[in-house]
Amino acid sequence: MTASADQTYLLARRSVVRTVRQPANVVFPLVFPLLLLAVNSGGLDAATSLPGFPTDSFVAFALAIPFIQGALFATMNAGTDLARDVQTGFLNRLSLTPMRGIVVLLGQLGGVVALGVMQAVVYLTVGLAVGVRLASGPAGVLVLLAFAVLVSLGFGALGAFAALRTGSGEAVQSLFPVFFVFLFISSMNLPRDLIAIDWFRTAATVNPVSYLIEAVRSLIIEGWNAQALALGFGIATAIAVVALALASWALRVRMAR
Amino acid sequence: MERGDPGSHPYATDVREPAIEAEGLVREFKKGPRAVDGIDLAVAPGEIYGFLGPNGAGKSTTVHMLTTLLPPTSGTARVAGHDVVREGPQVRMRIGAALQEAALDPLLTGREHLRLQAALQALPRDERAARADELLGRVGLRTAADRKVRSYSGGMKRRLDLALALVHRPPVLFLDEPTTGLDVQSRTALWEEVARLAHEEGVTVFLTTQYLEEADALAGRVGIIDHGRIVAEGTPARLKAEVGRPTVEAVPADPAERGRVEEILGRFGEPCASTHGVAVRLRSGEADLAGIVRALDAEGITVENLALHQPSLDDVFLAKTGRSLEGAGEDEEGRAPGGLAMESA
Amino acid sequence: MRRLAVARAVAWRTLHNVFTNPSLFIPSLAFPLFFFIAFAGGLSRVSDVPGFDYPAGYTAFQFVFVLLQSAAFGGVFTGFGIARDFESGFARRLLLAAPHRSGIVLGYAVAALVRWLVTAAVITAVALLAGMQVGGDGVDLVGLYGLAVLLNGAAVLWAAGVAMRLRSMQAGPIMQMPVFLVLFFAPVYVPLALLEGWIHAVATLNPLTRVLEAGRGFLAGSPTEVAAAFGATVALAALFSVWALRGLRRAERAGA
Repeated sequence: MTASADQTYLLARRSVVRTVRQPANVVFPLVFPLLLLAVNSGGLDAATSLPGFPTDSFVAFALAIPFIQGALFATMNAGTDLARDVQTGFLNRLSLTPMRGIVVLLGQLGGVVALGVMQAVVYLTVGLAVGVRLASGPAGVLVLLAFAVLVSLGFGALGAFAALRTGSGEAVQSLFPVFFVFLFISSMNLPRDLIAIDWFRTAATVNPVSYLIEAVRSLIIEGWNAQALALGFGIATAIAVVALALASWALRVRMAR
Repeated sequence: MERGDPGSHPYATDVREPAIEAEGLVREFKKGPRAVDGIDLAVAPGEIYGFLGPNGAGKSTTVHMLTTLLPPTSGTARVAGHDVVREGPQVRMRIGAALQEAALDPLLTGREHLRLQAALQALPRDERAARADELLGRVGLRTAADRKVRSYSGGMKRRLDLALALVHRPPVLFLDEPTTGLDVQSRTALWEEVARLAHEEGVTVFLTTQYLEEADALAGRVGIIDHGRIVAEGTPARLKAEVGRPTVEAVPADPAERGRVEEILGRFGEPCASTHGVAVRLRSGEADLAGIVRALDAEGITVENLALHQPSLDDVFLAKTGRSLEGAGEDEEGRAPGGLAMESA
Repeated sequence: MRRLAVARAVAWRTLHNVFTNPSLFIPSLAFPLFFFIAFAGGLSRVSDVPGFDYPAGYTAFQFVFVLLQSAAFGGVFTGFGIARDFESGFARRLLLAAPHRSGIVLGYAVAALVRWLVTAAVITAVALLAGMQVGGDGVDLVGLYGLAVLLNGAAVLWAAGVAMRLRSMQAGPIMQMPVFLVLFFAPVYVPLALLEGWIHAVATLNPLTRVLEAGRGFLAGSPTEVAAAFGATVALAALFSVWALRGLRRAERAGA
């Protein structure tokens, strides 16, 4: 176990260093969601006057979105980096060591999670700076960070799965629209009960991403909404478990080739 | 007449300006030495001119200037009767170029490339398909014509590149290291086509290369370039004759015996530049070789390597620059390792 | 004439590649459609906000934005192709073969326009099927699509100028980000009058706001800010033509 932990740490450190050395992979996931937040908050602030809108600050309502968008970028980065490892043969090098497969995967995801935590801190700080107050207080911050870790892990593992299955950075990039659709056809911009178009509301209701957003949102604007948190954490955990299982399997197959 | 003699070309009796001429051509880049440092040259119509030099000598930069892809920092050049700076469009209508990078679109087929090129060169619409067919046949790509270029081998890409350069029947053709990376068969086929273009169709060919045998095999005249300047120019035969008689090079097994080797070899000829050991240009020619061997043996000197070199273009380069062309660029096949080596360029 | 021949050849090749390769074609079609569905579908309730008084309805309101967005990004996508051509070296072939090189830029612009016309047709069809109300007459619609054509031209010339200066795929984000900002710092979700604070100030200064308001006016049959909108788009197209041609000269000087 100690050897595995040590190996995991070393690979995680490599993953973090590699992420940090590609400034675009750090700056873009931070800046772009905040830009969108600014634009959407300004543009949709009038929506807070709709009857039934849960808060009078659209920034507070929308602040949840960057956390999930950040996870989307985590998917892309993890996937692209791992695809590069496949293409350059670095993965083959690792497969010649006695290292267990899961260790390789967890190590690779180390950078993703580190970035996810950093992103979460930045988004929170920006939110606080523009006047948003977390209804769940300081404890809510910790829960929020834990959630960010879980979501980054799950989405990062999805990206890793795509990379290991296809061995191609381009194939990973082509997933971007898929995740984009999941992000937009959700309760991203309006609460589900205020979506007027029936099919859209139905789609948002079955979309797991809606619950991820709503879990974060509840910590910000409501406080402690047990149902929202249970659903959010439950779905994030399910995504993480399934994605890690898929990624491990894909890694086993890849390293056996 | 020699192959390279302008008088042997079909248009030699016309009073025509050179197909390519440059005067004091210079190209400076922002942070670095001059890539081209004052090139003067004149290539007669129908001539194959070989531009020989190591990597980084300035060959491609010169070609880029002559083909209007890069403006000169100073100096002038005229190609096909037009100034490369002031009359770029006219120059481009009269030249074809196959450059170092094949510059192909992986998503287009060979045939589509040819039709695109024909369209860019404003070939009449009803001629384009026929011309594409003709060129595909000429370069041996008919069966692969309708496959996307990304499936082509390196040799196939080069052949397509040559075909593209010929679409509009240009009187002047630029080939920048056209056979680098090709197998022997592809290289020979390309040489044959280039020679045919020049000798049967009177196309002027400006060919850059690192390969001695390519310059020897194809070029009527050779310009040897180093550090952006032409250091020697003339027909291959004339250049080699300037360097003269064969040389012998001896590498002593014991470096301490270098002085004695120099003294022995000095009895047979004048010292000359050598990258490996001691070399002299033989006074009486190859016949002296036996005498050298006997003399070294009599003095009890062991040599690691004793080689007789007939003058080559590399010797010309060595004589002019003190460096070997082969050592200065990519590895070149030709030199036998160790032992007694007989070589003719 | 040679210039047109070059333009035709460049346009043919660009369009051929786009229409025969789904990975190039589908995103430029799918993204605008998707935005239309997400905004018109997901945000339709926003038209209930007090003061939202666009007569043609929220679907039409968003359609105009998506149409203009697709025109702008269509230009940028073609710019990606130009950057790719320079990075791969294919641009050198074009520079070498084309007697009149401005024809190359013209060819890319024509390709961007044709590409966008296909996208516009699809988006329009989908919007009509979704029940979009059209209040404007033929002249109004010509005005709407005319604005979009000009915007497409301005965008591709902007992107071409960036691509020819940077001559690598790293030009992508630089092409895209300003266009994105200009598009989204405009009354995307609600009319200008319903924006408040800093976004209202920025949107007021943003030339695209004039274009958006004019476009929405055309579609509703009550044209507004027409002169300002056409003035802005013509000026942008003219400005970026110079930008693109100067970019071409830069690429020539650097020996692309």
